[in-house]
Amino acid sequence: MLRKTRMISGLLVIVLGIGAVVGILTVTRASNRAVSAQLDALGANILVLPQGASVSDYYAADIDSPVFPESYATRVVTSMIPGVDNTSPKLSRRMTVGGVAVVLTGIVPASEAAAKPMWQRSVLTGADLPAGCAPVPAAADGKSGCPPAKPERMRIENLGRTEALVGAAAARRLRAREGGSVVIAGKTFSVSRVLPETGTVDDGRIFIHLRSAQELLGAGRVVSAIEIMGCCSAISEGLLGKLRNILPDTRIVTINHIVSAQVGTNRLMARVSVVLALIILVVGSLSMANVMWANVEERKKELGTLITVGFGRRDIYLLLFSRAAALGLVGGVLGYLLGTATAMLAGPWIADLRVVPVAAFLALSVGLAVGISVLGCWLPARGAARLEPAAMMQDP
Amino acid sequence: MILLETAGLTKVYGRAHGEVRALDGVSLAVGQGSFTVVTGGSGSGKTTLLLALGGLIRPTEGQVRHNGRDLYGLPERELAGYRNRSVGFVLQTFNLVPYLTAAENVMIPMLLNGHRPGGRRRKADALLDRLGMADRRDFLPRELSVGQQQRVAIARALANDPGIILADEPTGSLDRALAADILGVLSELHRKDGRTIVMVTHSNEAAACGDRRHRLAGGVLS
Repeated sequence: MLRKTRMISGLLVIVLGIGAVVGILTVTRASNRAVSAQLDALGANILVLPQGASVSDYYAADIDSPVFPESYATRVVTSMIPGVDNTSPKLSRRMTVGGVAVVLTGIVPASEAAAKPMWQRSVLTGADLPAGCAPVPAAADGKSGCPPAKPERMRIENLGRTEALVGAAAARRLRAREGGSVVIAGKTFSVSRVLPETGTVDDGRIFIHLRSAQELLGAGRVVSAIEIMGCCSAISEGLLGKLRNILPDTRIVTINHIVSAQVGTNRLMARVSVVLALIILVVGSLSMANVMWANVEERKKELGTLITVGFGRRDIYLLLFSRAAALGLVGGVLGYLLGTATAMLAGPWIADLRVVPVAAFLALSVGLAVGISVLGCWLPARGAARLEPAAMMQDP
Repeated sequence: MILLETAGLTKVYGRAHGEVRALDGVSLAVGQGSFTVVTGGSGSGKTTLLLALGGLIRPTEGQVRHNGRDLYGLPERELAGYRNRSVGFVLQTFNLVPYLTAAENVMIPMLLNGHRPGGRRRKADALLDRLGMADRRDFLPRELSVGQQQRVAIARALANDPGIILADEPTGSLDRALAADILGVLSELHRKDGRTIVMVTHSNEAAACGDRRHRLAGGVLS
C-alpha cells in the first residue's frame, strides 16, 4: 500500500511538472500563431495616428482616437517618399446598428483592398469563387462574354457609397447576408460582401466608403488613422523619419512597436517553460530517485534472489530502468494530456487565444518524463546492482 | 573428480566495530556427485562459504574453482552465467518473489536462458509436478505452506538443470516432519539425478544425509 502510494505521488510530480511545461508551451505556440495570423491579416505595417492616440492595441488604435485631416493621406501620396507602397486612410467610430455594438469604419475601398492581404487571399481563392473565365449567358442588352477578372476584389475596390462590407462576427450578430441590407444611423446600405473570419477586431467592423462614413458621422474631411504599407528595407533606411517630417503632429508607429510586447511575452513564456522544465527535471528526478530508493530497499530480498539465480549488474540496471521508463511513459502521456487540456481551457480565458493540441509535444513530454525517471533511477539502480548478496537475502 | 574446490579461502568483512574474519583459509574439495555437508553454529561462516561457492561473494584471499577455473577471475557476465546455469540455490528463507505464482517463480532463472515462454511454462510445470506441487502451480507464495514454499524454491533451483545444488539451512524454517520431507527431496536429487549437493546446516539430523561431512567453526574448516 505504502509502495503504491509512494509510486503514485512520484508519478503525480512528473504528471504535474510535464503538464505545466506542456501547458505553457502550448499556449506560447498558440500565441505565436496568433501574432503571425494578425500580422498576416494586417498587411500594412505602419500606422499614422493623431497625437495622443493609444497604441496599446494596433487593431483598435484607430477606433477611439482623435482625428486629423484627410489631406495628410494625400500629403503622403504626393510626397513621393520611396518605400511607401500603399496608403489607406480610415475613420472609425463605435456605434450601435440594429441594437448590436459594432465599429463603423470608413475606408477608401481600393486602398483598403490592397492593404488587406487576408481579404484578398480569402476572397480571391476561396471555394465560393468562380474559377477562371467561363462563358456567361447573354445579358439583357445582348452582350455576352467573360465576367470581369478578379470579380471579388473588384467588389471591394468598387464599393459604392451605399454599400457595406460586413465583418464575419458583426454579420453573425446582425444576421446580415450578402445581398441584404443594414441600416446605419438611419441610412440603408446594401451588404456587398460578408468578409471572411480574420480572428482580429476587423471581424466586428462594418466597412463603408470613407465619404459615407464622414457624412454619417458629421465629421468633415477627417480620418482617425492612416495605414501605410512600407517596404521593410525602406523602414530600416529611415522611412519613419521621413514620414514624421511631413506629418509632424502625428504619432507614427510600426507594427513591430506594437507586437513587440506580445512577442516579448511569448519569448518570456518560452524561457519560463525552459526554466520550469529544468526545475521539473531536478525535482522530478529527486522524487523518482526517492521512489526508486524506497523500491530498492523494499525489494532488496527480491533483487538478491534475482542475483542468486543469475541476474548480472546489467540485468538489474535494465530491470529498474525499465520500471522507471514505464512510469515515465505513463507520466509523460498523462502530463501531456493534462497540460494540453489545461491550455485549451485556460488559453481562451487568460489570453483570449484559441488553443489547439500540439501533437509534437507528446513526444517531448514522454521523452522528458522517461529521461527524468531514468535519471532519478540511476543512483538507486547503481546501489542495487552493488548490494552485498548476503545483505540482500535478509528479510527487509 | 573434483567439481568445486576452495583454496585458502578467506573472507574478511569490514564492520564499524572492526573486522570480522568469516572464513579463514578454508580449503574444501567437492567431488562430482557428492553430497557434502558443512555443519557449524551460528556465525561460524557457513553462509559465507556457500555464497562464495555460489559466485556471490568475492573472497578477500584465496580461490574458488569450478572445474578448475577460478570463479572470481571470470568476467562479471560469466560469473552471472555460472550462477544461472551451473548452480541452484536453496535457501532457508525460500526467497520466493511474493507477487509471482509458484510456476512464475520457477520460471525466473529461465528468463535469462533463452527459453521460449511456452517452454518455460512446460518446464516449470514438470518440475513442480515432480516435487508434488502440480496442484499448487498457480498459487502465490503466501497461499502455500512453508514446506510447499521450500519445494517451490527447490524447483526453482532446478530450473536450468544445474549440476550443483547449494543449500543454506534448507530445513531451518521447517518442523521435523517437513524437514525430513525436504531432506528426502535433496537426497533423491543426489541419488537419482547424480547432482552434486553442498549443504550447510547446524542440524546434525540434516547432516546425516551427506556422504562427506565437514565442520566449520570461527571460519576454520575441520
